[in-house]
Amino acid sequence: MAHFEKAKNLNEWLDQRLAINTLKRVLNTEYWIPKDINFLWAMGMVLAATFGMLVLSGIFLLMYYKPDTNLAFDSVNYTIMSEVGYGWFWRHIHGVGASIVFLIIYIHMFTGIYYGSYKKGRELIWLSGMGLFVAFSAEAFSGYMLPWGQMSYWAGMVITNLFSGGSLELNGLVEWIRGDYVPGDAFLTRFFMLHVLLLPLVIIGLIVLHFGTLRIPHVNNQEGAEIDFKEAADLWKAGKKKESKVIPFSPVFLSKDIFVMGVYFILFFYLVFYNFNFAMDPVNFDPADGLKTPAHIYPEWYFLWSYEILRPFGKDAGLIAFAIAQLALFFLPFIDRSPNVAPAHKRGLFQVWFWVLIIDMIALTAMGKLPPTDPTFAFIGLVSAWTFLALGPILFIITMFEKKIEKGA
Amino acid sequence: MRELKILAVVVFFSLLTYYLVEPYAHHEMHKKVDAQGNEIKIESHDFFYDGKDDIIEAERAGDASKLVAKEAFWADVAAVAKLEGNAAAGEAGFGLCMGCHNGANMNMGGVIPPNLDHAGALYDKNYLIALIKDPAMASNVDHKYADTMMHPMGSIKSMMTDNQQIADVVAYIIENKSGEVSPKEAYMEACMRCHALRYGKLTQLGETPAFKQEKEALAYKIKVIDEQDAVKAYMGKLPPDLSMIIRARSEHFMETFIENPQSQLAGTSMPRVGLSHEGFEKVKAYLTEVCDPSKAQREAIGPIVIGFFILFSLLALLWKKSQWRDLH
Repeated sequence: MAHFEKAKNLNEWLDQRLAINTLKRVLNTEYWIPKDINFLWAMGMVLAATFGMLVLSGIFLLMYYKPDTNLAFDSVNYTIMSEVGYGWFWRHIHGVGASIVFLIIYIHMFTGIYYGSYKKGRELIWLSGMGLFVAFSAEAFSGYMLPWGQMSYWAGMVITNLFSGGSLELNGLVEWIRGDYVPGDAFLTRFFMLHVLLLPLVIIGLIVLHFGTLRIPHVNNQEGAEIDFKEAADLWKAGKKKESKVIPFSPVFLSKDIFVMGVYFILFFYLVFYNFNFAMDPVNFDPADGLKTPAHIYPEWYFLWSYEILRPFGKDAGLIAFAIAQLALFFLPFIDRSPNVAPAHKRGLFQVWFWVLIIDMIALTAMGKLPPTDPTFAFIGLVSAWTFLALGPILFIITMFEKKIEKGA
Repeated sequence: MRELKILAVVVFFSLLTYYLVEPYAHHEMHKKVDAQGNEIKIESHDFFYDGKDDIIEAERAGDASKLVAKEAFWADVAAVAKLEGNAAAGEAGFGLCMGCHNGANMNMGGVIPPNLDHAGALYDKNYLIALIKDPAMASNVDHKYADTMMHPMGSIKSMMTDNQQIADVVAYIIENKSGEVSPKEAYMEACMRCHALRYGKLTQLGETPAFKQEKEALAYKIKVIDEQDAVKAYMGKLPPDLSMIIRARSEHFMETFIENPQSQLAGTSMPRVGLSHEGFEKVKAYLTEVCDPSKAQREAIGPIVIGFFILFSLLALLWKKSQWRDLH
């Protein structure tokens, strides 16, 4: 055992046992961040804060929610909203948070794509981030089931049906997932467990991994410049702050992070108090009714793009396209053959590709919600879905011919 | 400046997506089109009843005899509305109404007749006239009674045939059955006999009392089930519980639906209730109170929380500026 001397203060006492001074240095004061970054790099902290809000509000909701098909709807819409003090507050935070977290995830993802932050050396950052995206998707879907409204029920029906494997008709698998022939009590309770225990644990684990993956390749920067972090850190420590290309995470970058978070929370609480309905589908305020199909079944906005990739094709082709859509982004670091880590506006054709991707995903999102019975919408949806599928091979080809950018200018 | 440009791009694409999946998609999803594919605009007439919508509906359906009947009916209503009603003379006629609308909570042919204590304040004058003239036509559910079935209030047609008498009764109702009406009373008189409202502890029989003994509670429950069965048999299905209706349907839907249920749900057996503008506002106030009870608290706390984060952001900005001062 190490030798312990009488500590002069609490900090020293803790340091002897936990090495908190080393931890502080490694994680905060000497965790170097490039100076040349903008507010988009604060989205990670914004996401962490939103996840914190979701966990906190979720704990309060968990105290009153009843995972029982007879009680679930009223426990959410009556008990929590009318009888629990400030129940509405936690519920609106949870509902708004669940929706807005995806907006921030998408901004975070597209930032990574725009600046090439997934490229060589940073593949694991991207892969763990995509893992988080999938885990958040599962978390959101399982949470959407819990109020047991009309859309919960029918979305549960549609999504679990995907596991029948098209023409393979793996109905046994679907029933195994549901625990019943249709979504019922077994379905609700297992999705409840996934939502409040298993998936949050997975998410927390992935967040730790995601942070860990940043440690060695470091955060990218606006110009994609390769920085000698040791040299730059020595300059900083020598007091040459202007010359150094890096800043410590704490307190310098943290001060920016916190400002961005403050502004974000103004928007967040504006939505919580004055516009929470944007995140809540009116159809889900009708209690689940297995005998009455809603006029339109559609997922929450953040899944619409992948739903639309499934919809315009036939049974099997749709399922395959959907599977490709789910997995395609994982492979981004390996599809992009370019030697450049640089922002899209410096990469020629890649810039065009990037904006086509954004517009295509917005088009898919919009068409995913619109009724497919309209021939114009159905056509736009089909074209957008094919465009999405084609974007992968196109990226492979255009980046193969991308020339090395001369740095330094 | 560069950061503001980036922010503008992010905000633009976020708002574009929002517009497409919310207002635009909802408009497209709830669009009604006629046989030619033209969009039908469903308008609210501010709870004034002159039968225009019913006539247009009959026209659209291409049913000539129905069109003639509707036109004649609403012309009659307009003629009665022009008559000067004598409230004193209407008292005797109102006595006929009390035969059924007596608060005895007895189901008569499908539903319990509503309490008329505030009928003058809740319902539109034209509608009251129309209802006495022909209940099925007035409430625009005449399609339900085309064959052998008779509207439970149908007998009134044979009891009050004289236009002046109808004008007098309506004048009596407006003069004597108005008064201050609370949102809850408005709901109970206008909607309760068909729609339960469990978050307000209301069933088709009224407010559920507290019972000391379980067997009394169960006996009451059986009475409620019996009443619901009768309503179900009469309406075709049990009308939905309205606890969450304000959040489940848009304001526009609520307005146009209550004004003329056929406009949003063709063929429904939900009758036109005939609420006046004031009556509708009262009912809406009660439904909002029940299904969105946190409104007052939200409005009280919202500005404080948002104000806190504005202050927080300003302080954070100052801190950031002090930290970044020497960096460039």
